Amino acid sequence: MPDQLLYAMEVTLNGLMAGVLYALVALGFVLIFKASGIFNYAQGVLALFAALTLVGIQEGQVPFAHLINAITGGHLTHFGWQVPAVIAIVLTAGVMVLLAIVIEKLVLKHLVSQAPIILFMATIGLAYFLEGFGDVMWGSDIKTLDVGLPQGINDTIETTTANWFGYGFFIDNLDIVATVVAVLLVTALTLFSQFSKQGRALRAVADDHQAALSVGISLRFIWVLVWSIAGFVALVAGIMWGSKSGVQFSLSLIALKALPVLMLGGFTSIPGAIVGGLIIGVGEKLFEFSIGPMIGGATENWFAYVLALVFLVFRPQGLFGERIIERV
Amino acid sequence: MFYREAGDFKSSYQEDSQTFPIKFDRLRYYGVLIVAFGIVPLFINDYWASAVAVPFLIYAIAAIGLNILVGYAGLVSLGTGGFMAVGAYSVYKLMTAFPDISIFVHVILAGVVTAAVGVLFGLPSLRIKGFYLAVATLAAQFFLVWLFNKVPWFYNYSASGQITAPERTVFSVFVTGAQTSATAKYMFCLVILTLVALVARNLTRGTVGRKWMAIRDMDIAAEIIGVNPLTTKLSAFAVSSFFIGIAGALFFSVYLGAAEVGEAFGIQKSFLILFMVIIGGLGSIFGSFAGAAFLVLLPVFLKNVLVGALGWPTDLAAHIELMIVGGLIVVFLIAEPHGLAQLWRVAKEKLRLWPFPY
Repeated sequence: MPDQLLYAMEVTLNGLMAGVLYALVALGFVLIFKASGIFNYAQGVLALFAALTLVGIQEGQVPFAHLINAITGGHLTHFGWQVPAVIAIVLTAGVMVLLAIVIEKLVLKHLVSQAPIILFMATIGLAYFLEGFGDVMWGSDIKTLDVGLPQGINDTIETTTANWFGYGFFIDNLDIVATVVAVLLVTALTLFSQFSKQGRALRAVADDHQAALSVGISLRFIWVLVWSIAGFVALVAGIMWGSKSGVQFSLSLIALKALPVLMLGGFTSIPGAIVGGLIIGVGEKLFEFSIGPMIGGATENWFAYVLALVFLVFRPQGLFGERIIERV
Repeated sequence: MFYREAGDFKSSYQEDSQTFPIKFDRLRYYGVLIVAFGIVPLFINDYWASAVAVPFLIYAIAAIGLNILVGYAGLVSLGTGGFMAVGAYSVYKLMTAFPDISIFVHVILAGVVTAAVGVLFGLPSLRIKGFYLAVATLAAQFFLVWLFNKVPWFYNYSASGQITAPERTVFSVFVTGAQTSATAKYMFCLVILTLVALVARNLTRGTVGRKWMAIRDMDIAAEIIGVNPLTTKLSAFAVSSFFIGIAGALFFSVYLGAAEVGEAFGIQKSFLILFMVIIGGLGSIFGSFAGAAFLVLLPVFLKNVLVGALGWPTDLAAHIELMIVGGLIVVFLIAEPHGLAQLWRVAKEKLRLWPFPY
């Protein structure tokens, strides 16, 4: 096989893997949008906050050390213990649930029946707050996250493909793990929403708030539940992205990567988030690979948006979104 | 007592349809103009101009522009930063290509160029609505910033990739470049802001504004009663981008002096101006001013308190500032989703009955 084709295949594979990671973030958006009609901009910051908390607990950092030191003039940094990864993840998940409860109590409860744009702005405010809060709590330096996931190039695939085609594909172990985790997560979420009592309530709320309320479903409980799940998805995404590129502010920008995925797949569709993620992942990698060098590179910043934009002009509700019906 | 229609008789149609029909409002408006043009320039110094006054004036222009799009026409846009960058780069290209023409003309032309780009990116709004449109406008934001970064023609092949404003004068007073005085910067921006506000206020009162509002309230119904969605939506994009382009041109040439596109006109700027519009009040020119003032003053105030008075390290103060700004936005939206303009409206209603509320 010619080299160009092999490169393109490798790029496509890597694009698929990257797409899975985008889809992971987009998933959190879809869950919240479906259940509450809120376009949750804070999803990316949730992932950052989850990753920061995870590292903080693992390393035994003193929360708010910087603030306490500024006020008292002390030199606190660490408690001096290490927490095993599994326990730390469970604790972080607990923190995310707590956060969901607080968000519902302090913010969402008061914003019921406001215009969607107001709710959207509220989540941007929330994103700012959480970003500052995470930094104050755990410090803003770049941290490395290691929960024992395999990293680096996958030797098996490299040698196998080298034997087949005479050219070894470079595929990161972490991406493979991420793919497996994403598949598990989506399966679990689908099973949960199809077969559990809470899942059914969730779908009822997504269908019609008022009707759900009238048959005795607690809207507030559902919102806490949805935000907890979104927090958990954010934790998973935070672990994956954090292990890949370190825990730092730019982690919260993955929200911006997930938006075109959402547009493409439709705001209300879980399969849409996955398929959209894959299309965007492959599309932007292939575009950067083929056209990018001709027009100066770094096209990944905008290609996804333009692709989604062009796509939406032909299908305004996205790939799998619910058909938009408008009545006068 | 002071603020009421009673006794304020109108004897011509012109008087009846003026912008401020109530006498007290009118006097207050003249009062503000006198203070802004006559008194502030006498006292302004470099710190106040660069930290508060000039950014406030420029952001107010941008906020008025965005408010026309989001507040009046109901088209949510997150591409403001990108459009400001178009204004900045076109004024830079014009200033360097035609050094003899007045900068005032260049700023207006930069607005025209931005309006054209705005219409281009506004085209999808005919098919895409709501949040889909909001995200679609991000395409403009990212694409434009990338474009200005990657195509050297836009920054005249300068080695650093930055654009630097050359020195230009209005009536032989420097308004851009290193020799500019605080007063000149302030006055230049103020004159443009006043013009923009006048145009915006009267546009939104007239036919065009009513069409925008009809489209905002329900586009299908508006179409049925004879509002053309194509021209209405695109005119909203054009006018809004025109103002935003002017704001971008001033932001670069008068305020910053030198700019790097990703830093000065990134996505954060889009959100900042959207915040101004929302906190100030959607669909209100006064709200744009109030929102811009609030979000310009708040960080200055917080910085002075946290770093100046409490003596905390600057990075910690920056994080706390983020928390407070974010928290305040949420509190604001909960307390008054219609923004500062609504508070002002309520205050005016109270004032009409004061001091005998029955």
